Amino acid sequence: MSKFIEKSTVISGVGQSAIGRRLFRDPLELTLDACLAAIEDAGLTTKDIDGVATYPGPMSVPPGFSGAGVVDVQDALRLELGWWSGGIEAPGQLGSVINACLAVAAGLANHVLCFRSVWEGSAQGTKGRASTMPGGGGGGSFRASGFMEWTLPFAAPSAAPWIALMAQRHFYEFGTTREQLGQIPINARKNAALNPNAIYTDPMTMDDYLNVRMVSSPLSLYDCDVPCDGATAVIVSHVDTIPDLRKPPVHVEAVGTALRGRPSWDQFDDLTTMACRDAAAQLWGRTELTAADVQLAEMYDGFSFIALAWLEAMGFCGHGEAGPFLEGGQNIARDGGVLPLNTHGGQLSAGRLHGYGFLHEACTQLWGEGGARQVPGHPEVGVACAGGGPLAGALLLTSHR
Amino acid sequence: MTETASTEPAVPFRILPALTDLNREFWTAGARGELRFLRCNACGYYNHPPTPVCPRCHSKDLAPHTVSGQATLHTYTVNHQAWMPGPELPYVIAIVELPEQEGLRLTTNIVNCAIDDLAIGMPMQVTFEHHTDGEDEIYIPLFEPEA
Repeated sequence: MSKFIEKSTVISGVGQSAIGRRLFRDPLELTLDACLAAIEDAGLTTKDIDGVATYPGPMSVPPGFSGAGVVDVQDALRLELGWWSGGIEAPGQLGSVINACLAVAAGLANHVLCFRSVWEGSAQGTKGRASTMPGGGGGGSFRASGFMEWTLPFAAPSAAPWIALMAQRHFYEFGTTREQLGQIPINARKNAALNPNAIYTDPMTMDDYLNVRMVSSPLSLYDCDVPCDGATAVIVSHVDTIPDLRKPPVHVEAVGTALRGRPSWDQFDDLTTMACRDAAAQLWGRTELTAADVQLAEMYDGFSFIALAWLEAMGFCGHGEAGPFLEGGQNIARDGGVLPLNTHGGQLSAGRLHGYGFLHEACTQLWGEGGARQVPGHPEVGVACAGGGPLAGALLLTSHR
Repeated sequence: MTETASTEPAVPFRILPALTDLNREFWTAGARGELRFLRCNACGYYNHPPTPVCPRCHSKDLAPHTVSGQATLHTYTVNHQAWMPGPELPYVIAIVELPEQEGLRLTTNIVNCAIDDLAIGMPMQVTFEHHTDGEDEIYIPLFEPEA
């Protein structure tokens, strides 16, 4: 066996609840819908599930950011667990899945149910994202502390300006343009049109992109993902259980979790990249495969620029070269591109399922279950990458070993 | 709410920082026109955001130290979204880098500069915006083009 123990784990099933802009449904119900769908997809029952992992665990603020914690699901499904973990301090949202891989490889559990559940669409209602900002957009006696102490007093409460600052620096150093960055949301929208669960499916042209209102330059409305309601679940299983599974699983070939720079949106050593730089480098040190082997990439696009940073970090183009790589959009096209990107529409058009949507889509594609949006040519190697700024976790996946 | 004395010009609403022993000098030394960072007396490292132990040499002998107030515009964004009641839209959020130490940066707002005149790399200098809130006299460090 390889010394890299994640290779002894697989993704055996995935599941999703209904997904919508605002569903006004009980978030635990959405969570359980996704969990039960994933268990069934793997060909397992709740009696087989002996581990649970989630990100970020129960949280009441910001509103709708978390639909359930581990114990909510453990009790609701009366699970008997050998291992469990939930929390926000992890290498990105998929850090919870990577934790599950380690627990399975360590023998603490055989089948770990991992989930991420959001209801930000309903929670924000008609009040918009500003209502979720610290201080509630109102102020009063609220004082900023923690890491927000260094941004809130400057009216920068959102990741939109934080990421915009990085994008602007990238534009400055490398000559990246809005037309190049815009290929990420345009590509996402094109793919979303083929995804029956996507939020936004109307065609988007470059003119649409360039003319929509600015949020924080150079990021416009279409560079920001769309809050939604929905839950996603995946099952991490041990390779020894493959005979018990309904279908050949997706293999975890390598993971990346590193955080080597400062965990800060303004003190990080190089603001043209993020923690993804280190997580990606670590991942490639744990496999014989290379970036040239990857046939599809599902990469976090909470803001378009984060996906650009992941493209560079994972070595699909050089550092600073994502602009030319994205030019015209052909390289990332689902049909015929060298690296089909965000084939379900990403969070930009398919909804802010917060990291787990990318892993769900990578597995769906590697199983050949993408339906109208299936990447042609039976892709066998894909990546799922999640997190921006100081958060970064990545999985390299293969359809067989 | 921030109270503004009627004899002073009105200042825009800001969410103010909670003051602690570690950050008090940073947020209040503007009263004397000074920008101060916690610095390690043992090795000279500016420790920002401030923590009780020097990240470089692990000394606990740290004290506020006044810097020049000069900086370079490292990056900026013109913000058009009303996240909170505050400065008129659009306003400029920036990261400036201080000459005293490589990588020592602040997120801030740029004032007294037309948006079209902004250029990454341009020299900036600190200016302070005064807020009174209860017992606290807080001076928010903002940056403007160097005179």
